[in-house]
Amino acid sequence: MSGFSYFPHTEDDIRVMLERAGVRNLDGLYSDVPADFIYQGEYDLPDAMSEQQVRDFFEKLGEKNTKLKVFVGQGAYDHYVPAVIPYITSRSEFLTAYTPYQCEISQGTLRYIFEWQSMICRLTGLDVSNASMYDGPSAAAEALRMAVNSTRKRNKVIVSTKLMQNVLDVVKTYLKYPDIEVVFAWDVLEELGPDVAGVLVPSICRHGVIQDLTGYADAVHAAGALLIEYCDPSALAVLKTPAEWGADIAVGDAQTLGMPICYGGPYAGFIACKQDYMRKIPGRIVGQSVDASGKRCFVLTLQAREQHIRREKATSNICSNESLMALWATVYLSLMGPEGLRKVNELSCAGAHYLYDELLKTGRFEEAFPGRPFLKEFCLKPKVDVAVLQQKLLDAGFFAALELDGYVTFCVTEKRTKEEIDALVAVVKEIAL
Amino acid sequence: MRYYDKLIFELSHPGRTGYSLPASRQYPFFAEKCSSGAAADSAGFATVLPNNLLRGTALDLPEVSEVDVARHYTNLSQMNFGVDTGFYPLGSCTMKYNPKINEEIANHPLFTGLHPLQPAETVKGAQEVIDGLDKALAAITGMKHFTFLPCAGAHGELTGLMLMREYHMARGDAARTKVIVPDSAHGTNPASAAVCGLEIVEVKSGADGLVDVESLKPLLGPDIAGIMMTNPNTLGLFERQIGEIAKLVHECGGLLYYDGANMNPLLGKVRPGDMGFDIMHLNLHKTFSTPHGGGGPGSGPVGVGERVLPYLDVPRTSGFHGNFGVMLRAYAYILMLGKQNVKMAGPLAVLGANYIKESLKDCYKLPIPTVCKHEFVFDGLIDDGAREGKAGATTLDVAKRLLDYGFHAPTIYFPLLFHQAIMIEPTETESLETLDEFIAVMRKIAAEAAEDPDILHGAPHNTPIGRPDETAAARNPILKA
Repeated sequence: MSGFSYFPHTEDDIRVMLERAGVRNLDGLYSDVPADFIYQGEYDLPDAMSEQQVRDFFEKLGEKNTKLKVFVGQGAYDHYVPAVIPYITSRSEFLTAYTPYQCEISQGTLRYIFEWQSMICRLTGLDVSNASMYDGPSAAAEALRMAVNSTRKRNKVIVSTKLMQNVLDVVKTYLKYPDIEVVFAWDVLEELGPDVAGVLVPSICRHGVIQDLTGYADAVHAAGALLIEYCDPSALAVLKTPAEWGADIAVGDAQTLGMPICYGGPYAGFIACKQDYMRKIPGRIVGQSVDASGKRCFVLTLQAREQHIRREKATSNICSNESLMALWATVYLSLMGPEGLRKVNELSCAGAHYLYDELLKTGRFEEAFPGRPFLKEFCLKPKVDVAVLQQKLLDAGFFAALELDGYVTFCVTEKRTKEEIDALVAVVKEIAL
Repeated sequence: MRYYDKLIFELSHPGRTGYSLPASRQYPFFAEKCSSGAAADSAGFATVLPNNLLRGTALDLPEVSEVDVARHYTNLSQMNFGVDTGFYPLGSCTMKYNPKINEEIANHPLFTGLHPLQPAETVKGAQEVIDGLDKALAAITGMKHFTFLPCAGAHGELTGLMLMREYHMARGDAARTKVIVPDSAHGTNPASAAVCGLEIVEVKSGADGLVDVESLKPLLGPDIAGIMMTNPNTLGLFERQIGEIAKLVHECGGLLYYDGANMNPLLGKVRPGDMGFDIMHLNLHKTFSTPHGGGGPGSGPVGVGERVLPYLDVPRTSGFHGNFGVMLRAYAYILMLGKQNVKMAGPLAVLGANYIKESLKDCYKLPIPTVCKHEFVFDGLIDDGAREGKAGATTLDVAKRLLDYGFHAPTIYFPLLFHQAIMIEPTETESLETLDEFIAVMRKIAAEAAEDPDILHGAPHNTPIGRPDETAAARNPILKA
């Protein structure tokens, strides 16, 4: 036809098809659309580009971005991406498949979701995981709704202000419209009462401090509410698990499991819970079964919970999730194993503590939370002009010292080298006190 | 496709590793803070982190080599059917070809290496992508602007309904807590409305499959926040009364929401903004060619007209800027289409659907025989082979038999208006030969059913597994290894 590579129709094909369809021309296919609604103007779009032009176009746009050495986390962590992962996830059998509704020709997708669910359960120590959520913040919001739906006649939740800002923003948005009362509090336990359905706390706070949740589960459960923990799944290789803290639900962002920071997405949220709440968990779940001949197979299961069955009685509307990113994390965890994931934490932790010590030595910072334990992310109190500090770092190719609550925040992953850390510190040393 | 019965955990062999990381001894941290020299690495955490914060149970992840991982997932992939494998006539899902240049662009390190909180002057290229895509989608839909925070279609619906509520609340119109949803709507519509705290009022379809304006009128009033419409609807029919419906809903003070799941037939032909819609979402993973990825990541940007524009940035429904990687792909596709090719996308998709419909209507029941848009719905076989003491072939049987012949199944048992619904959507990327092959197979299956429905009852026969026991799976759930 037009010689456009995505449309295979020749003029002859179109003629044959129109004839069968019983209309004279392509316009005839829209005879049921009132003429007023047929767009007569020229679409305000660029002229069609060739593939080479498209490639050049994006190359030029890409060059307008500045590639920086990332020393900030706050919900997006620049961990190393093993080469195997994009190789696997770009296989068209995974990439171009739909949701695995036809299980007989979707065992690949169903098996990796089952593996993902298993790995999320092993990381968190909890019993049930779903197939994935959009991201960590929206998973947190859904977990709070889940708490409301799991506890009778309670319509209030408590959310720790120690959570990262984007988690707080999304939670606030999600709960505003169904009119669930949200209390934001620094000390969540002080707000407990008989009307509280759930309590959301981070395992690592927005300032990087690892939280001691001793006594939280007991207090929350005594009040008849559910404890929800927001955690970094990578860090769970070394930190006490939500199950060990006594949490009922765990949520977080699987971005830390080797996903590129990619300007904020796609990532994948996860949600896991105790067995008791299996029928309240939102989204798709894969279960193991057998086929007619007794072969092990995997299917979407417990669908009575889902939006397409429940419609107006639904308590969550999620259907498409972040399946391919769940595969991404699953391949990552397979490669890393328990030893590799621990090493990632060790390297990040060692690098972060090295940077912390070296920055303090420059005399340009004071400790923000002395003696408080941190893993890969921390805050310092700046003694220099923050705008100058940030600009100098930026000029030297570093994204670091993001302002947060009057502090500046840093993050070191295993991808940052000692040379990079030393170079960053050298830049800081040049800033006048 | 070959059956492969392994889980990654079953390949695990203690001591085997698949990672490659630098040594941790480069930092003085371990040297200074660890007392025991040789075991420094493993003792590291215990020295900086209090013991009661550390994991007490072993982490049981697989211990496998890189080769094991590459082979295992390659083997898994070979039990999967994708758009690159073959024709995917899945109604309401718009399984069009996913161009490969999109993937190359989305994986470019100058985009994938950007932190979402980087200062504006360091992400000018990324911002141009977002702005350019916004402008293009506005041109295509007739809306003013889009937010890209939603990560999927249902996420877009939820965000869009939040905008609807913001609009009314800002006007002090708090009583508008009901939303009208046609009985033919996607399941996500009522679900999204419920999650957004709205009460659902269902409006019935007429015998012609369209929203019945006379049934709608009495539902309108001061408690109505708006109506959610899919146009063309899930029967593939254009709601030709949309002009009248928009007028009535606006007169009563409500807003119109457009479910963009069925936007593909209108691509290059009709703009939702011109039909009077105030809010809409698009599925970039349907209409704009980005891959479905086995159930995401998608992207469900929400566009608004003049009325709702002031509230566009109020709902924060995801953590950063939405699924940026998906947006890159969609923008690349739009630039390939350009103002010239976009005009053919919708019409060619509609042409394919009508061609299949007319080629099969003597074998499958066609409840509504008018011209369809991108998809249409059959209500089962005309002759399902049912005889004295022998059950006929169902829609499920037809779907499963298609798998044997190398096609993906259509969407089945939806919409709920028909008991044996088979919803077929080809797209503009399928050739006449592909459609002819599909038609031939559908006819062959109809003939098989008429002759001996048992062939269909047992299908599929040539896939890695046969029909699963779904009841057992739900009764005794095994949800993890």
